[in-house]
Amino acid sequence: MTDATTATGPDDASGPLLSANNIEVVYNRVILVLKGVSLSVPRGGITALLGANGAGKTTTLKAISHILKGERGEVTRGSIVYDGTETESLTPSDLVRKGLVQVMEGRHCFEHLTVEENLLLGAYTRSESRAERREQLDKTYAYFPRLRDRRHTQAGYISGGEQQMTAIGRALMARPRMILLDEPSMGLAPQLLAEIFGIVDRLNREEKVSFLLAEQNTHAALKHSDYGYILENGRVVMEGASEQLTENSDVKEFYLGLGESGRRGFRDAKHYRRRKRWLS
Amino acid sequence: MDELYFFLEVLIGGLLSGTLYSLVALGFVLIYKASGIFNFAQGTMVLFAALTFVGVLELGAPALLAAVVTLAVMVVLAFAVERFIFRHMVNQPQVILFMATIGLAYFLEGLGQTIWGTEVHVLDLGIPDRGLWLGPILVSQFDLVAAAVVALLVAGLGVFFRTTTMGRALRGVADDHQAALSIGIPLHHVWVAVWSVAGFVALVAGLVWGSKLGVQFSISLVALKAIPVMIIGGFTSIPGAIVGGLIVGASEKLAEVYLGPFVGGGLENWFPYMLAMLVLMVRPEGIFGEKIIERV
Ligand SMILES: Nc1ncnc2c1ncn2[C@@H]1O[C@H](COP(=O)(O)OP(=O)(O)OP(=O)(O)O)[C@@H](O)[C@H]1O
Ligand SMILES: [Mg+2]
Repeated sequence: MTDATTATGPDDASGPLLSANNIEVVYNRVILVLKGVSLSVPRGGITALLGANGAGKTTTLKAISHILKGERGEVTRGSIVYDGTETESLTPSDLVRKGLVQVMEGRHCFEHLTVEENLLLGAYTRSESRAERREQLDKTYAYFPRLRDRRHTQAGYISGGEQQMTAIGRALMARPRMILLDEPSMGLAPQLLAEIFGIVDRLNREEKVSFLLAEQNTHAALKHSDYGYILENGRVVMEGASEQLTENSDVKEFYLGLGESGRRGFRDAKHYRRRKRWLS
Repeated sequence: MDELYFFLEVLIGGLLSGTLYSLVALGFVLIYKASGIFNFAQGTMVLFAALTFVGVLELGAPALLAAVVTLAVMVVLAFAVERFIFRHMVNQPQVILFMATIGLAYFLEGLGQTIWGTEVHVLDLGIPDRGLWLGPILVSQFDLVAAAVVALLVAGLGVFFRTTTMGRALRGVADDHQAALSIGIPLHHVWVAVWSVAGFVALVAGLVWGSKLGVQFSISLVALKAIPVMIIGGFTSIPGAIVGGLIVGASEKLAEVYLGPFVGGGLENWFPYMLAMLVLMVRPEGIFGEKIIERV
């Protein structure tokens, strides 16, 4: 392990809730996909992880939630600290128990289970009474009223937006402190997107859930986050407060589609501009 | 009229004996759905469970105790299989996992026979084996009881899958491994649970089959009948296993009685495979093969 970070203790409420320190990920033992990614999410924050297709956003989230193994991926360097504890020896199940839950790209609902069964399974790791579970279920339905109407429908038959809600609601049933939310905007109409991001904001404010939000939709993600990282080709090429990123000319040009040269990414930026960025 | 009664008699006899095929197929389907493994050892598990049951019985235990002990043994087996075999094979191609279950089959067969011997054990559970007249139709009382036991077991499993957290988790894992991982369901718990349930199913099948044929090596061959059942019903469907079993049971008896005379008998043994091949050609996923949900 390189980068011995300050592994404080779970009681230290001052450090970030989550930090990844210089992590490297290799698939199939040979394909190097993350080439030293560092990021952190403060307690109560919403942090955006931005980047184009194949930049490594999903891989980063899976590395954090430890579900890379099932895909022959491996963290070969660096460390991940959640709530003051180095997570290397923990299983995905341990992490969920500690309140770190991932909502995967593409929803991944249990298609043949009803919406309500999906939600109830979200509480798998909780040892709580029926009444407590019921209460959490009602709370989830309060955030997602549409799901209540669809609760006896098989998740395979509901709309994409409702599936996204089911996936987030299912994570909410685990009483998370932090949700790794992967590309919630995928395939959603603008109005639905606004609705879902609105709920993310509310969960953040009212339930004190912190978010690490991986998105290709730079505009929406920056609008709903406090801080952002831009990932390109397995490396963080830029980071900053979300308002600053929104104003940044490179971001405008390459990720918000506001420049005159089209969206090609930082790699194609002129040499002097790259130098300028690295130096700043 | 007599013709019709005779037909019904054959049909009902076939359906009743088919429930046993359903049961064995169910064991396969459960494991296949939860882990994508075709468990070659399922038939041997039937034999192993029956041998253990009879062995404990012969030590002087009452039947209920013997059943509980055997069930405990099957659960331990489930733990051992997960711990010592499959945990080390995560991410291996399915063929490798399949090979592992072949190894397991021979290991279990050897273990069972080393502990309990190779002679045929008589198993008498006191189920009456006489003919019973239902109006003008003669049915086997034994088959009737066996079918009732299977029906009860299937209903019980249905309740387990619908209403318990573990049951839902099993269905969830069958649907989407990754989603299950992402919400913290530990796959090895689920594997142990599903192998335990399959062990329980094997025990019931072993008791029924064993009290019909005697507990001996040949009862593991009942697994061979489960293969056409699954091809017909679909590898991933519990209702498919049940209906498939009934179809195989009924059709093999009807074929034997009505077509047998023309081809010199013995039809019962290969007719189900022929039927399965036909189904494979027409509908490769089986009658109930997992309907892929596609939204419009
Ligand atoms: N299981 C895998 N085996 C090998 N390579 C993989 C695997 N999963 C992802 N990759 C590769 O890793 C790189 C990063 O993929 P990743 O899914 O993390 O990107 P992403 O930023 O989430 O992209 P998208 O916006 O399309 O979701 C890609 O080049 C991809 O091809
Ligand atoms: Mg992705």
